[in-house]
Parts: sequence; C-alpha cells; structure tokens
Amino acid sequence: MTLIDLANPTRFLTLATRLLPWLAAATAILLAIGLYQSAMAPDDYQQGATVKIMFIHVPNAWLSMFVWGVMSLAALGTLVWRHPLADVAAKAAAPIGAAFTFLALVTGSLWGRPMWGTYWEWDARLTSVLILFLMYLGLIALWRAVEDPSRAARAAAILTLVGAINLPVIKFSVDWWNTLHQPASVMRMGGPSLDRAFLIPLLVMAVAFSLLFLTLHLAAMRNEILRRRVRALQLIQVAQASQRPA
Amino acid sequence: MSLGSYAPFIVISYLLVTAVVLMLIIWIAIDYHRQKRHLRELEAGGVARRSGRSPTDLR
Repeated sequence: MTLIDLANPTRFLTLATRLLPWLAAATAILLAIGLYQSAMAPDDYQQGATVKIMFIHVPNAWLSMFVWGVMSLAALGTLVWRHPLADVAAKAAAPIGAAFTFLALVTGSLWGRPMWGTYWEWDARLTSVLILFLMYLGLIALWRAVEDPSRAARAAAILTLVGAINLPVIKFSVDWWNTLHQPASVMRMGGPSLDRAFLIPLLVMAVAFSLLFLTLHLAAMRNEILRRRVRALQLIQVAQASQRPA
Repeated sequence: MSLGSYAPFIVISYLLVTAVVLMLIIWIAIDYHRQKRHLRELEAGGVARRSGRSPTDLR
C-alpha cells in the first residue's frame, strides 16, 4: 500500500482498523514503563519531587506544538493538493491538540506554584501557549459553525497556517524575552542538559504520549470519515424522499 | 518514593492527565459507536452507497 492509496478514505479505514489495536497496545506498554520510571526517578536537588510533574508536563507541551504542526501540514494538503483526507486529519487532531495544550498549561501551573510561588505569570512562554490553546478552541468552533464542509475546510486551513506563526514564538520565547519559564533543556544546541536519571523517563514518556496521539488521531480520523459518510447518505436519503411522488 | 510536601501538586497533576486522557478515549469510542449506529439505521432505511457496499462496511 502506497501513500497515494491512502488518499482513498475507504483504504485508509482498512489500514486504521488494522493498526489501531497494535498502536493502543504499544501505547499502553510504553506508558506503563514511563510511569514506572517516573515514579522511580530521584528527586531533583533544586525542584525536589516536583520534577515528577515534568515527566507529564513536557510531553504535553511538546505535543501541543507538534499537533498544530501536523494540522499545518494538513492545511497545506487541503489548500494546495486538495487531499481528501487532509481536512479529516486536521479536524480530528484539533480536540486532541487542545487537550494536550490544556494539560501543558495546568500541569505547568501546578509545578509553578511550589517552584515559582505563583500559578500563573504573564510571561512570553506561558502567554504564547495560552494563545495556542485559544486558537485550538477557535478552530474547533469554526468547524462547528460553518455548515458547508468544503468552505469550513478552507477557512480552517487558512486559520491554521496563520496560527502556525505562533509555533516559533512559543519555541524561542524563552530566548527572545526575559521569562520566568526556564530555557530549553532537551532540544538545545550542545545536547540535553538533563541528567540521564531524568532524561530517560522523560523521553520514554514523550514517545508514549506521541504514540497516544497517533492512536487517538487515527481513531478520531476514522470517526470523521464515518461522520462524512453518514452525512453523504443522509443527503441521498433526502434526495430520494423528495423524488418520491406525493 | 516520598513526595513530601509537594504531594498534592504532583498527585493532582497525574490525576488530571489521567482524567483528560480517559475522557478523550471515551469520547472517541462513543463517537465511533454513534456513527456506526447512524450508518446501520441508514442501511436499514434502504440507503445505499454509490459503491453498493454496506454503509457499515469499513473496507
């Protein structure tokens, strides 16, 4: 099966249905390993036990941006190549991305209270992530508000690409401005500055959450294809009913 | 493993992530069954796909 074959929603459904049980199992196993390693990780000499919040906060924060990146590629697929699954992929990813962003914000707040002495600070990193969360909600609202799916797809794709400007702002906010949020400690020039005792559980959790996203995204895309099939059949039903003699 | 005085912040964080992830899983599972039910109802009403396949056929 080639990538071109996957442009056919029916072929995509076949593949997704086959893959989902394996992906779900791999996600569950990696999450279990990651949670065990997180529980066993030592306390940090500065953060104490709150370092354990990082093992869930950081993967959610990474995914909040990664999902918008996936949606931006899908937006290009909608606008440039008119790929039949592009809008399906973007629409299915949005609620999942919103959930990851919400979790990044809240777990960050719960870490910030004991470490910074405040749940919230209007610094560049926190504010740009809050803007990302609001953009997710706006995009979900747009898909719900516009009745015609093709018009909704185009509008959502444009909004997604405009919103992608926020991704480098989030990433480099800690370098461009003075922020309370600490600079990057994993994806940085010169390699990670984290000790292996923290880096390994963090990377395992990051892979586990990425697999979780892949699993949920495939399942949500399958739902969206079925929803569109329902809509198409309902239109046929209405057309058939209107052709019947009164 | 001792969480010390930070235990409430750590426990709430993990519980919240668990709750939101479970909500996502349940929401997607319910949505899947809802769409399949709609397709079964349409099939029972005699509406057919252009391909002639059953609406609930995932192939």
